[in-house]
Amino acid sequence: MEFDTITAISTPMGEGAIAIVRLSGPDAVSIADKVYSGTKRLSEVDTHTIHYGKLIDPKLDQAVEEVMISVMRAPRTFTREDVVEINCHGGLVSVNRVLQLILQQGARLAEPGEFTKRAFLNGRIDLSQAEAVMDLIRAKTDRAMNVALNQMEGRLSSLVMRLRQTLLETIAHVEVNIDYPEYDAEEMTHALLNNNLLTVKKEVESILQTASQGKILREGLSTAIIGRPNVGKSSLMNALVHENKAIVTDIAGTTRDVIEEYVNVRGVPLRLVDTAGIRETEDIVEKIGVEKSRKVLKEADLILLVINGNEVLSHEDENLFRAAEGLDKIVIINKTDLEMKVDMDRVKKLAENSPVIATSLVKEEGIDELEQAIANLFFAGGIEAQDLTYVSNSRHIALLQQTIHHIDEALGGIEADLPIDMVQIDITRAWEILGEIVGDTVSESLIDQLFSQFCLGK
Amino acid sequence: MGYKADTFDVIVVGAGHAGVEAALASARMGAKTLCLTLNLDTVAYMPCNPSVGGPAKGIVVREVDALGGEMARNIDKTHIQMRMLNTGKGPAVRALRAQADKYLYQHEMKKTMENTENLTLRQGMVERLIIEDGECRGVITKTGAEYAAKAVVLTTGTYLRGKIIIGELAYESGPNNMAPSINLSYHLQELGFDMVRFKTGTPPRVNSKTIDYSKTEIQPGDDVPRAFSYETTEFITDQLPCWLTYTGEETHQLINGNLHRSPMYSGMIEGTGPRYCPSIEDKIVRFNDKPRHQIFLEPEGRNTEEVYVQGLSTSLPEDVQKRILATIPGLEKAELMRAGYAIEYDAIVPTQLWPSLETKRVNGLFTAGQLNGTSGYEEAAGQGLMAGINAALKVQDKEPLVLDRSEAYIGVLIDDLITKGTNEPYRLLTSRAEYRLLLRHDNADLRLTKKGHEIGLIPQDRYERFEEKKALIAQEIDRLEHVSIKPSEIVQQVLAESQSTPLKEPMSAANLLKRPEITYPVIHKLVPAETALPETVMEQVEIQVKYAGYIDKQLAQVEKMRKMENKKLPVDLDYMAINGLATEAKQKLHEVRPLSVGQASRVSGVNPADISILLIYLEQGKLAKIAR
Ligand SMILES: Cc1cc2nc3c(=O)[nH]c(=O)nc-3n(C[C@H](O)[C@H](O)[C@H](O)COP(=O)(O)OP(=O)(O)OC[C@H]3O[C@@H](n4cnc5c(N)ncnc54)[C@H](O)[C@@H]3O)c2cc1C
Ligand SMILES: Nc1nc2c(ncn2[C@@H]2O[C@H](COP(=O)(O)OP(=O)(O)OP(=O)(O)O)[C@@H](O)[C@H]2O)c(=O)[nH]1
Ligand SMILES: [Mg+2]
Repeated sequence: MEFDTITAISTPMGEGAIAIVRLSGPDAVSIADKVYSGTKRLSEVDTHTIHYGKLIDPKLDQAVEEVMISVMRAPRTFTREDVVEINCHGGLVSVNRVLQLILQQGARLAEPGEFTKRAFLNGRIDLSQAEAVMDLIRAKTDRAMNVALNQMEGRLSSLVMRLRQTLLETIAHVEVNIDYPEYDAEEMTHALLNNNLLTVKKEVESILQTASQGKILREGLSTAIIGRPNVGKSSLMNALVHENKAIVTDIAGTTRDVIEEYVNVRGVPLRLVDTAGIRETEDIVEKIGVEKSRKVLKEADLILLVINGNEVLSHEDENLFRAAEGLDKIVIINKTDLEMKVDMDRVKKLAENSPVIATSLVKEEGIDELEQAIANLFFAGGIEAQDLTYVSNSRHIALLQQTIHHIDEALGGIEADLPIDMVQIDITRAWEILGEIVGDTVSESLIDQLFSQFCLGK
Repeated sequence: MGYKADTFDVIVVGAGHAGVEAALASARMGAKTLCLTLNLDTVAYMPCNPSVGGPAKGIVVREVDALGGEMARNIDKTHIQMRMLNTGKGPAVRALRAQADKYLYQHEMKKTMENTENLTLRQGMVERLIIEDGECRGVITKTGAEYAAKAVVLTTGTYLRGKIIIGELAYESGPNNMAPSINLSYHLQELGFDMVRFKTGTPPRVNSKTIDYSKTEIQPGDDVPRAFSYETTEFITDQLPCWLTYTGEETHQLINGNLHRSPMYSGMIEGTGPRYCPSIEDKIVRFNDKPRHQIFLEPEGRNTEEVYVQGLSTSLPEDVQKRILATIPGLEKAELMRAGYAIEYDAIVPTQLWPSLETKRVNGLFTAGQLNGTSGYEEAAGQGLMAGINAALKVQDKEPLVLDRSEAYIGVLIDDLITKGTNEPYRLLTSRAEYRLLLRHDNADLRLTKKGHEIGLIPQDRYERFEEKKALIAQEIDRLEHVSIKPSEIVQQVLAESQSTPLKEPMSAANLLKRPEITYPVIHKLVPAETALPETVMEQVEIQVKYAGYIDKQLAQVEKMRKMENKKLPVDLDYMAINGLATEAKQKLHEVRPLSVGQASRVSGVNPADISILLIYLEQGKLAKIAR
């Protein structure tokens, strides 16, 4: 079978320092070559080899990432097609940048489970696995659809739907001039079209802007780790990330900047923030006051409040509890390997109904329980996410960029004075692509629009 | 009282726009064909506007011609005016429209049918089909004649249980007070066909002598001679104009004041009408902010004073119709000759058809035209032609001819009908075609002549002329790609005359032609072809070169579509037994029984995940196992 070339981020979001963007299909190598700069062109390297180099953004003509690229040619690959894997820095921003770059070169964003599907269709996976693959496709699509539904009420969708409506009215206007040339509708001129398109383009660009500022891009529940100095916040972060990212010392106030990390805890994407709560010996709450820090905390979807079990509850601890009152949180009693001095009854009372988990981060105990507690909270709907657009975000960005591409093509057509019905091909395409964001590509709606917008007939 | 009458290969029931094409195609392909119709005086009758063509529809007429059908030739011989529409836009949406002399149109068509070998034209009302072992074997008429055949094509238009409604008045009737077809409709229901009730309408006709044309705007035909058929060489030069006027405030008040007498609003009409042909009362209710509506006055022929009042379709009572006319500039004194009316009729749900237009329920039975839920002469002709061709091919034991969505508007039309169905009378619009840049008015011959030739409808001599044209186009494009134009003084001067920027370095003629302001004649001036090329060749060269970028983009899309189209699905697949398909998809697929994955993907309610699942089953040969 022959397919187009697909791509996707193939490592779980935020897990690990290295992420992989995978391509599969007949153009996998040539697409990667368009942005790769190394000692050799990828088209010339041997199969199943790995190469160091840089990715160049052809638009900016500058290097954007350092990468390791493995080239695996068909048929000895997972999908039995040419496969290229781009290993890059694991941070969300950089993986996304690489993905966008690849998409811009003509690869298509893979559907959920599509690599597996191809492996299957190309005979790589045996027949007994067929049902499993289908379940996978079904399940993933359903989940994607649920997310799409959630987003239906979201800001992004209402924005996109408004833009679609503008485009649709524009298209219907062009159509009415074509299908009813003698009808006395105002003629859709190039100038009028140009204006409508520029308006839409500007709005799409501003959505993308917010994306690159990380607002839409936020691919996880924002999770704040708070606690007095030296209770083990950074240790907790490292434990969840499974790697030493934050500096852990026995000097109170080690962490000076806010450290952010993306992790995937049992399927729940978290954006962890290790607060630099501390300056000298003051804690954040003391410095800015309970009310103010409450405001900061409110922006988080989940709070991990760390207490040192080896010490009695301090005034500062109590303040932290007050600041986090009524918010979604998990209380962690750390350093259980040492003597327990904390008043557990008091902690349970302060914790309200939130889970209280005992850990010893140095001995790596209690981490499982903590992860389970996070997953339980999320899947039981215990956490009300501030922004649930995370699952398909990179897809959205890709689609919005394609929208801009087609609007640009249309604008180019206007500039070149091409007939309006040609220009419209790209406008229709832009409209369809926006439809993929909100899950609506029914073309019948154009005909509905035509007849509701204009009074036509004999 | 029944008696055994003659035996035929193919019987076509109806001689409307679908019926005549079906009968002519079948007979011309060598099948012994009978065409039965209610009234021999109304062969190819136009019950509504006396015009043929327009956007999308006009392209269908060209396609009918390229496949060897009759509509184009017939209108070329009988029109009173012709115009090319959308000349200011791109080549993809250009379309011809003709005003017909509706009487001449009928006479000419009847004459052609009478002079066609293998074709018997006969008056008679078909009431039942002869069915043996699920196969259609003939028809029985009201007078008891039993005709035997190997295939039957039904094209009964708006006649099935037809009911005319004018204001408070309603009575059983076919269009224009012709006899309705009652029993045949019940018979089809007995056979198990799903039927729907649709509605359409027509405006009043007035006497030309009583129109004050000075208050209207003239709408003449084009000065350039034009024709639908690629074969037409004689052109009608003596054209009649149409006229444009408008409704006004007074018209709208009058209609608003009489809405209670409109069957639309009193609930008397149960059928679904088309949104694109609203009655005047509909337009005024739905678009009440529009101060005026256009009214075109169209002569119905050269030898009649009757004028069709386009834009005034209505089912208001006759007395109100008269008063409406009096409010329109130019029609103040107009004498009503025929009242407008609405008509309700039964149509069959088209998802019950295969792409060949054969019914899934009864082998050997084909249906076409308004009976399939469409509206319009051209839509009828296109389907009639395909049904006639496929009935004849069936008799010859050959594979059916099916056009896909990238090959013809006829393909779009039929695919939409049989895959998506329709919940209102279906009209073709250019926006229904996703590859409309490929489905142009100018290239219908390039798209379809070969197919017409293969099935035997395009004679050898015509085919050779076509091949010659094709070769000339290819040669000329090749030449333009290779000849280089240098920035000489003369060249720069010619470019300046065309408001084009001067050349900096040599450029191929083809690339220069891609500039929007550069036409083929300019290129011809710079680098003349050795022999003068026919107009149609120059036109093709210009379009194909100028829009190559866009055309290639669409071709790439077609390529993708074809891949899915080539993945065939067994017709007896048991969708209910496929795990993982969504329930809605199972039901819809079960109903439509698509022939390919491509078709399946266009069925409403089937989503990409369902298609993935079908593909997986298909690839694994599993489909065969769960086939019923
Ligand atoms: C009032 C009215 C308004 C319309 N308005 C529009 C419009 O606004 N726009 C538009 O696009 N189209 C309109 N149409 C539709 C257009 O006329 C049809 O789409 C077109 O004529 C359909 O062609 P056809 O061949 O399917 O059917 P028809 O042209 O209706 O032909 C049917 C044929 O079948 C024959 N027949 C019927 N029953 C039997 C039988 N039992 N036995 C033998 N012969 C039989 C009839 O005699 C006739 O020859 C209108 C039609 C009517 C009646
Ligand atoms: N015994 C014991 N020591 C721990 C445990 N968890 C962390 N520590 C130690 O506590 C000290 C502080 O740990 P950090 O993780 O840096 O604490 P922090 O809250 O990030 O500190 P600041 O960033 O300075 O506010 C280090 O010496 C850790 O080794 C634990 O479970 N048991
Ligand atoms: Mg720290």
